[in-house]
Amino acid sequence: MATMAQAIRLALHYGEENLGVTDVFGEDVGPPLGGVFTCTQGLRTAWNSPLDERGIVGMATGIALAGGRPVAEIQFCDYMFNAIDLLKLAGNASWGSNGAYHLPMVVMTPVGSGIHGSMYHSHSVESVLTHIPGWKVVMPSTPLDAYGLMLAAIEDPNPVFFLPPKALLRTKGEEPIPGEPEDARELHNRIDAPLGDRSQWKPDWPEVGRHLVPIGKAKRMREGRNATVLTYGRLAPVCLEADKQLRAEGFSFDLFDLRSLVPLDWDAIVASVSRTHRLLVVNEDTEVTNFGEHLIRGVIDRAFGELEAAPVLCAGADVPGIGMAWSLEAASVPQLPNVIAAMRALAVAPAREAGGRGFLELPTRLARYR
Amino acid sequence: MDTSLELRIHALMVGARVLEEQLIAMTRSGDGYFWIGGPGEEAFNVPLGLLVHKGEGPAFDYLHLHYRSSATLLAMGAAPIDTLRQMRSVATDPYSGGRNFVNHYARHDWNVVPVTPTIEVQYAQAIGTAHVQRRAGGEGITIVNGGDAGAAEGDFATSLVWSSRPGQELPILIVVANNHYGISTEQRTQWAMSDIASRAEPFGIRHARVDGCDPRASYAAIAEAMAYVRAERRPFCLQADVSRLHGHSSSTGGGLVAERDGLLEYEAALIAEGKLTGEQAAAVWDERRRALKADLETVRGEPFPDPSTIHAHTFYEGEVR
Repeated sequence: MATMAQAIRLALHYGEENLGVTDVFGEDVGPPLGGVFTCTQGLRTAWNSPLDERGIVGMATGIALAGGRPVAEIQFCDYMFNAIDLLKLAGNASWGSNGAYHLPMVVMTPVGSGIHGSMYHSHSVESVLTHIPGWKVVMPSTPLDAYGLMLAAIEDPNPVFFLPPKALLRTKGEEPIPGEPEDARELHNRIDAPLGDRSQWKPDWPEVGRHLVPIGKAKRMREGRNATVLTYGRLAPVCLEADKQLRAEGFSFDLFDLRSLVPLDWDAIVASVSRTHRLLVVNEDTEVTNFGEHLIRGVIDRAFGELEAAPVLCAGADVPGIGMAWSLEAASVPQLPNVIAAMRALAVAPAREAGGRGFLELPTRLARYR
Repeated sequence: MDTSLELRIHALMVGARVLEEQLIAMTRSGDGYFWIGGPGEEAFNVPLGLLVHKGEGPAFDYLHLHYRSSATLLAMGAAPIDTLRQMRSVATDPYSGGRNFVNHYARHDWNVVPVTPTIEVQYAQAIGTAHVQRRAGGEGITIVNGGDAGAAEGDFATSLVWSSRPGQELPILIVVANNHYGISTEQRTQWAMSDIASRAEPFGIRHARVDGCDPRASYAAIAEAMAYVRAERRPFCLQADVSRLHGHSSSTGGGLVAERDGLLEYEAALIAEGKLTGEQAAAVWDERRRALKADLETVRGEPFPDPSTIHAHTFYEGEVR
């Protein structure tokens, strides 16, 4: 099975050959490195740019304005903050020109913690990026979804943020990419650049096929009854493991990997909450003005009467960075025990009684799920 | 330069000046909220507009303009009434449908990309259209126009670095219209250098400085710079020293300030050279003013945007263009 990094590379290769991708670029994106996470090795249109995030976003915008189809990489999402107004301008080009222009561009940037990234290689940015209207935002948690979401992002006529979780880039999935060799060793030999001198190396691409994950469709990872759990990115496999362990205690959860944060699959979310009557959102970001708050508000707007307990957000601690020491990282970003504790607490919380005075007060802070 | 072109430039400069004066008047008559524009830049901007290879797609010139570029648009053939429409924020505003400030153009059929009120970002975006044109070949170039204040931002350095990458040089004309102010702050109090274009020197980018109040000198300088960029497919940085005749914007009152007026100088020169009489000059002004008054009456009868359209174009739904 391909890793997520290989899946992204295969998707970009497919995009170059079949979807009109003209430029895959960014710092260290071209040869010899092919990306610090290897996502762009061997690609025909990949090139290295100056270390200049504003220039990278501006270049992508200009390419799209002139009819090209760029995929730009910001090496770590943590480096994106100095480009925020250029991102805003890309998001408002269509609306502000009353539809005269639109920008088919993808900005790919690895997100999240889990790689001992310390203060400036561990950010979560979905709360910031979903606050830039005009952009679609997708985040895969498996290689196959990364492949399908990247193809969908390339095909979309709007700017799309593609946010692979750093900690999952080297993980393998359970579902193959169409056309992927069965033997992982064979795939490695064909498309991974060798160590050392790469000047003569060329990839031997497999014939990968078209597989799109529609932007705006959540994936129901597990079906269950005790609560709806909404997550995405690195914590999707963590929630799967939590659900597995809690099933041994007799609990089960309706578990969704949202995959697309803009637009959201409200139909699937509301249908699930209407069955389970409880909602937990799990993500890595700091808890204040967290995207999960938007999810909770959206459920309250659409299905308030269905909720029998206060919705819960299990998110990162509201601290300025992720600590370098593992003990500090684990104390600031939800880990498996925290997620299990949050899911169990919500499952066993007494239901709000009909005609009762209000919702139960549940702990929402990470520190309480110990 | 033949006399017919000189007179055409004069008429366009007058048209642009009268348009800007009309826009300022509209802030006072309740026909608009905020004005920002380019009176004082006509002597540079009209020649620029006349020299553009106008069209759609990489074979033609891309324009990354700033909000003082009204004269460039008019010289390219834009209808003055459309700027009144944007000033009044009516639904017929062809540049933004009533969504953006005045003088914030966007015209896909002329490669005029959306103008933004952030004064530096066009330097970072322009490298992208130029990159596509480098690959496409031909004669199409990218023209990016900003000011001295915006050139203090990192995006100006971005344009210099990215347009001169060895072996990847871009066909881009980088213009700095130096009006010597950033809102109220004088450039000389913030910059140790006055020749901003010379920042291109260490990048190996050819550069020049021109009197942007002199339309004939500007025409020649722009033509020379464009010819180089079109043929050599390499960047050129051109500084034009211009005036800012009505201050930064309506936020500073929009009143006339005592600065050099390239239009009046040029008109006097044409009269002294026997190419134009005082009566003929006055007639040009009168005709433009009359036409604009009629345009304003038309625009006053046009509807404001329907609030139900507020979400339109947040996302583009059609085929990729």
